[in-house]
Amino acid sequence: MTNALDAPDPHNAGISETRAERESYLRAGHTLRSWLLTTDHKRIAILYLISVTLFFFIGGAAAALIRADLVTPGGDLLTNEGYNRAFTIHGVIMVWFFLIPSIPTTFGNFLLPLMIGARDVAFPRLNLLSWYIFVIGGLITVYALIAGGVDTGWTFYTPLSSFFANGHVVLVAVAVFIAGFSSILTGLNFIVTVHKLRAPGMTWRHLPLFVWSHYATSLILVLATPVLAITLALIAAERLFGLGIFDPALGGDPLLFQHLFWFYSHPAVYIMVLPAMGVVSELVAASARKPVFGYAFVAGSSIAIAIIGFLVWGHHMFVAGQSMYASTVFSFLSLVVAVPSAIKVYNWTATLHKGRIALDPPFFFAASFIGLFVIGGLTGLALAMLAIDVHVHDTYFVVAHFHYIMVGGTVSAYFGALHYWWPKMIGRKYPLVWGRLSAAAIFFGFNLTFFPQFILGYLGMPRRYHVYDPPFQVLHVLSSAGASILAVAYLMPAFYLFYSLRYGDPAGRNPWGVTGLEWTVPSPPPKHNFMETPIVTELPYDYHVEREGEQ
Amino acid sequence: MNAMTVIRLVFVWFALMGLLVTTVGASFFLRGPASMAASTGIAFIKAALIYWFFMHLSEERGLPRLMAVGAVTWLAILIGLSFTDYATRGFGW
Ligand code: HEM
Ligand SMILES: [Cu+2]
Repeated sequence: MTNALDAPDPHNAGISETRAERESYLRAGHTLRSWLLTTDHKRIAILYLISVTLFFFIGGAAAALIRADLVTPGGDLLTNEGYNRAFTIHGVIMVWFFLIPSIPTTFGNFLLPLMIGARDVAFPRLNLLSWYIFVIGGLITVYALIAGGVDTGWTFYTPLSSFFANGHVVLVAVAVFIAGFSSILTGLNFIVTVHKLRAPGMTWRHLPLFVWSHYATSLILVLATPVLAITLALIAAERLFGLGIFDPALGGDPLLFQHLFWFYSHPAVYIMVLPAMGVVSELVAASARKPVFGYAFVAGSSIAIAIIGFLVWGHHMFVAGQSMYASTVFSFLSLVVAVPSAIKVYNWTATLHKGRIALDPPFFFAASFIGLFVIGGLTGLALAMLAIDVHVHDTYFVVAHFHYIMVGGTVSAYFGALHYWWPKMIGRKYPLVWGRLSAAAIFFGFNLTFFPQFILGYLGMPRRYHVYDPPFQVLHVLSSAGASILAVAYLMPAFYLFYSLRYGDPAGRNPWGVTGLEWTVPSPPPKHNFMETPIVTELPYDYHVEREGEQ
Repeated sequence: MNAMTVIRLVFVWFALMGLLVTTVGASFFLRGPASMAASTGIAFIKAALIYWFFMHLSEERGLPRLMAVGAVTWLAILIGLSFTDYATRGFGW
C-alpha cells in the first residue's frame, strides 16, 4: 500500500526523502547532546545498538585470538597466561556486554512501547540512566583488559578467583556488578511498562509474543541479578579482607560460590535466549503469514521457563562435589525445564506448516535459530544426565552445547530481528539478496565452527586448554576455519545495512505486509510514536489464513 | 506526613533497635544451631517490619504485595534448593 505521506518529495532528495522521515525520531535534533541526553526509547535503543555492536567486536577479537592459537597443538601464539586471559575476556564481554543486553535493550527498548501502543517506556529517564550504567561497566571492563586482564574464566570460580588469580579480578567483578544494575533497571522498566502503559483493548491476550517473552525475561532480570551482585561482592570481600566465605581453611565452602553463581547464571542463560524466542515467534508468524499456533502455550511457556529456569542450577555442579541426592533432584528438574522450550519449537513448526512462507532474510534467520536451538537444547538434556555428564563435563562438548544455543540461537535471532525491523527503525530497505546470503553464510560458518567441538569433547578434549594431543588437530583446524567464515559472515550485514542507510529505498509503513502496531506508524516512527492512542480490537497475528491448495 | 505516621515510624525504628540488641545479646548466650536459628528468626522479623512499614507495603494491595511475596519466595528457593545439597552431603552411598 503506498501512502501519500510516504511519496518521495523531488525537492528534498537525499537522506530525508519522505515526510515521514523528516518528522521521525531520527530527525528530532542532530547534536551529540540531543542523543546523549535523550529520553526517547527509540534513540536509547540506537545508543545500545551501537554500544553492544562495539562489545560484540571486542569479544569477537578475543575469540579470533583463541581460535588462531588452537590451530596448532603446541599453543604457539599465546602464553598460558595470555590464553587464559583471552578466553576470560571473551566470556565476560560476550555474556554481560553482548548477549544479556543485546535483544532486550535494543529491540526491546525500541519495540515494546510501539507494540503495546504507548508513547514511551514507563520511566524514560531511568532508561537513559541504565544505558549510562551499562557503558560505565563496559568501560571499566575494557580498562581492566588493557591493564592486563583476568584469568579466572567468566565463571570466577573460587578459590582461584579469591586467592590465587593474580589479574584484575576485583576490577572486573566491580564492572559486572555495575552492569548488573543496568539489567535490573531495564527489567523494572519493562515490567511496569507492560503492566501500566498498554493501549485500550491491548489485554494480556492481545500482547505480541515478543512482549510476553520480554516480560518473562524482565522477571528473571529483577529476581536473579541481585544474587550475582551479592556473590561478586562476597568474592571481593574474601579477596581483599580475607573473610572466610568460600575458603574452607577459614570455615567457608567453595561450593557455596557455585550455588550462588549458578542460581544467577542458569536463569541468565534464559535471559539470553527468551528474548530470542520472542523474536522468532514474530518472525515465524510474519514469514508464514499465519497466526501463531497455540498462542497461549507459547506465551505461557515463556513464563514457565522463567520460573522453572530457577530450579535447575545444580546441573553445573554434578562432578564438583555436590551431594548426589541434590544432583538427582537437579537432573530431574533440568528435564522438566526442557518441556516449555520444546512446546515453543513444536508450535513454531506447526505455525509454518502449510503456511505460504516468504523466503526473506528474517525467515532464514528464524529457521537457523530453530534448527540450532534444537541441537543445543537436546545436547543440554544429554548433559543433564548424571552418568553422561561425568564423561563430558568440562570438555568441548559443553562448549559446543552452549554455543549452539547462545551463538547459533540467540545471535541468529539478533540478526533476524535486525533484518526484520531495520526498515522500521531506519526507514530504508536493504537488498534482500544480501540478507539471504549472509544468513546462509552465518549458518554454514557456525556449524563448521562448532559441530567439530561436539566430537572433540566427546573424544576427551578439555575446555580451557590450549596445548593438546596432536590427533585432535584436524578437528581444531576445521573449527578455526569455520570461525574465519563466521567472522566474515558477521561483518557482511554491516556493509549493506550501512549502504541502505543512505541509498536504500524508503520502506513505507509496512514493507513486509504484516500485522502488529509497530507497522501502523511511519518508518522511522515519529518522536511520540502514535498520532493518537490506538484502540486495539484485533488479536495479534490476525492473518487471513489462506492455506496452500485451498484457493 | 501527619503526626500519627511519624510516631508509628519512630515506634518501628525503636522496635528494630530492640531486635538488634536482642541479636547481639543472643550471640553471647546461645551456641551452635540455636544461635543460628535465633539470629535468622530475628533477621526475618526485622525484614518484615521494614517491608511492611518503611517500604509502605501496608498501604499497597494486590500486585505490589504479590511482587514482594515473590521476592521472598525466590529467596526461599535459593536457600531451600541449596539445602538439598548441604543437608544430604553426609549421607552414605
Ligand atoms: C534445554 C535445557 C537445557 C539443559 C537441560 C541444559 C543443561 C546443561 C548442563 C547439564 C550443563 C552443564 C554441563 C557441564 O558443565 O558438565 C550446561 C552448561 C551450560 N549451558 Fe545448558 N542447558 C539447557 C539450556 C541452555 C540454554 C538455553 C543456554 C543458553 C542460552 C545454556 C547455556 C549453558 C552454558 C553457558 C553452559 C556452560 C557454563 C559454563 O560452565 O561455562 N544452556 N547446560
Ligand atoms: Cu544451566
